[in-house]
Amino acid sequence: MPLLYPLVFAAFLFSIGVYGVLARRNAVMVLMSIELMLNAVNVNLVAFNAYLRDQLVSGQVFALFVIAVAAAEVGIGLAIVLLIFRNRETVNIDEVDLLRW
Amino acid sequence: MKELAWLVPALPLVAWAVILLVGKRLPDGGAPVGILAVAVGWVISLTILFGVIGGADAYHTGTSWAPIGQDFEIPLGMTVDGLAAVLLVVVTTVSLFVQIYSVSYMRGDERYTLFFAKLSLFTAGMLIVVLADNLLLLLVGWEIMGVCSYFLIGHWWEDPANARAAVKAFLTTRVGDLGFMAGIFVLFWAAGGFEIERIVDGVESGRISSATVTLGAALLFCGAIGKSGQFPLHTWLPDAMAGPTPVSALIHAATMVAAGVFLVARMYPVFEASGAVLNEIAIIASITMLIAALLALVQDDIKRVLAYSTVSQLAYMMAGLGVGGYSAGVFHLFTHAFFKALLFLAAGAVIHAVHSNDMSEMGGLARAMPVTFGTFLVGALALAGIAPLSGFWSKDEILTDAWLATSRGVAQVVFVAGMVTAFLTALYVARMLWLTFGAAYRGQGHPHEAEAGILFPLVVLAVGAALAGFVGLGDNSISTWIQTPLLPSEGPATLNLGLIVAATAVALLGLLLGTALYRRGLPEREYLERLPLVWTTLQHKYYLDDLYERGLVRAVAGALAPATYWFDQRLVDGAVNGAGLGTRRLARGLRYVQSGQAQWYAAALFLGVVGIAVVVTQLVGR
Repeated sequence: MPLLYPLVFAAFLFSIGVYGVLARRNAVMVLMSIELMLNAVNVNLVAFNAYLRDQLVSGQVFALFVIAVAAAEVGIGLAIVLLIFRNRETVNIDEVDLLRW
Repeated sequence: MKELAWLVPALPLVAWAVILLVGKRLPDGGAPVGILAVAVGWVISLTILFGVIGGADAYHTGTSWAPIGQDFEIPLGMTVDGLAAVLLVVVTTVSLFVQIYSVSYMRGDERYTLFFAKLSLFTAGMLIVVLADNLLLLLVGWEIMGVCSYFLIGHWWEDPANARAAVKAFLTTRVGDLGFMAGIFVLFWAAGGFEIERIVDGVESGRISSATVTLGAALLFCGAIGKSGQFPLHTWLPDAMAGPTPVSALIHAATMVAAGVFLVARMYPVFEASGAVLNEIAIIASITMLIAALLALVQDDIKRVLAYSTVSQLAYMMAGLGVGGYSAGVFHLFTHAFFKALLFLAAGAVIHAVHSNDMSEMGGLARAMPVTFGTFLVGALALAGIAPLSGFWSKDEILTDAWLATSRGVAQVVFVAGMVTAFLTALYVARMLWLTFGAAYRGQGHPHEAEAGILFPLVVLAVGAALAGFVGLGDNSISTWIQTPLLPSEGPATLNLGLIVAATAVALLGLLLGTALYRRGLPEREYLERLPLVWTTLQHKYYLDDLYERGLVRAVAGALAPATYWFDQRLVDGAVNGAGLGTRRLARGLRYVQSGQAQWYAAALFLGVVGIAVVVTQLVGR
């Protein structure tokens, strides 16, 4: 399989993630979009690992690390979203703007 | 004992700090602390002087105060030679008795403690000047005195006239100090150091060019003109009489104004190397002694008479130095300190008794205040130069030196001016004596003799004023003590009998004329007012004050001051305030970037990353 396919796929996935982070109002959707971006990175890592035939499979090891970090991040993120919802009865990220001028 | 000389200025300095900090909680407002400090210094000074009389060598010690770079340092050291020893005794003696006097004189003053603190600091400043082995340290003491003079003249600042006099004294001496500092830098630059010894070495060995020496000496003399009240900067000294009388005695008669004379004496090899500057000193001194003696003749305020007399006598010392009479000048400084301090303190006792400075409200006080009168008479006759009182010997020595140097044109001028001044001095002394103590009492109230605390210093100083002149006689006289190896030896003073007779005759003539004119205690207007031109000129002090007021002060206050004020307020402050204001305005616009919208921040972040990626790939990647 040529390297191009996974790269194009990863770029596509990343772009969807960027769009979601910048455009969605729902905080949960924003978190999910971040996951998309992280997974696009994972695809890249695995693809390059296979392409370069790395003996230490460092690309795949890195991907595992990213997955672990993403899980932790989403745990904290969802906890924050939950607290925001309890306090303000909304998860719209553009309504959470107390830290401004 | 010479190793302990540093204690002499150090003790009053400590006393100043102690009085200032805890003086009000000490017995008698801290005054005993100041008196004790200067008394110990007095004993040390006397011991040092007796050592010098016994033939002890000069002692010099020093250390580095502030090393700068590899081969340059600001030195800190003292020279204890004959000149310093004589001055130490003069300063500590006068300061000691002035402080004892002040305990009685200033009692009940609302700033009594502060007054003694300032006296101590002032004494320390003068002693630093006396002991300094380098010009920078000398300048430090010099400036301490300047600021203390300002504080003390303005001691009763509630009266705006006193505050103005203080400012005038400070600013006028500052004009001279500017030249003094420039002179220090010229000599430092030429000699490569501030040490007086090094500068003198450089001058003597010819390493410093004669043009530089002349420039440096002339600039140093500017400082002496300001501090010692020489023409044309003498105008501050009479106004300085606004201060309390002990201050006038200590500062404006015996010590601070003597600092200028001392400076010339200390740097005498430098001055001697430049004939032009010596001539300049002699000319300025001749002018000063004459105009000041004439002004003393028309003053109604007894302290102003003494102030102009001080200016005139300081000019006498300068004239002595100017005609090459190094020891004669210092000798006169020595004797003058005693009798002028005495005169001021006695005048203070009189003022205390009649509650007025004005001689037209005095008269007939000889009967009411016999002790004060007796001591005042001793001081006055010493001032007039009547043998065998102290002033006679030193004045005679200056006239002798001028007489012996008459091959130089200026010495003739000095001699004539000195003779005329001797006559005028006797005249105003007689006038002052008759108006104050003679004839009948003209004021209100009942004058009475001063208390013991005031009379004691008077009596001691009267003894000094009577006997101080005898240190100039004999083989081992003051001229031997203050001799330094760098100056050509003068030997003991020669007494010229003809000159003695002439000077005494002139003085007696002045006294007799004064007696004839003022015997009935009438104000002098009766006589001098018949010469309208002379009278108005003298009343206006030769219009010098008006000239300074109209010419300098008005020009500075009228045009220069607003211009600099505008520059400071608009440009300097404008730049500072503008920086602050600009930042605020900018921030007021930029704050809206902080919108609180997390997605905006994220968008900016992405754009930034894209931007960096573009830059890296396009520019660095190649």
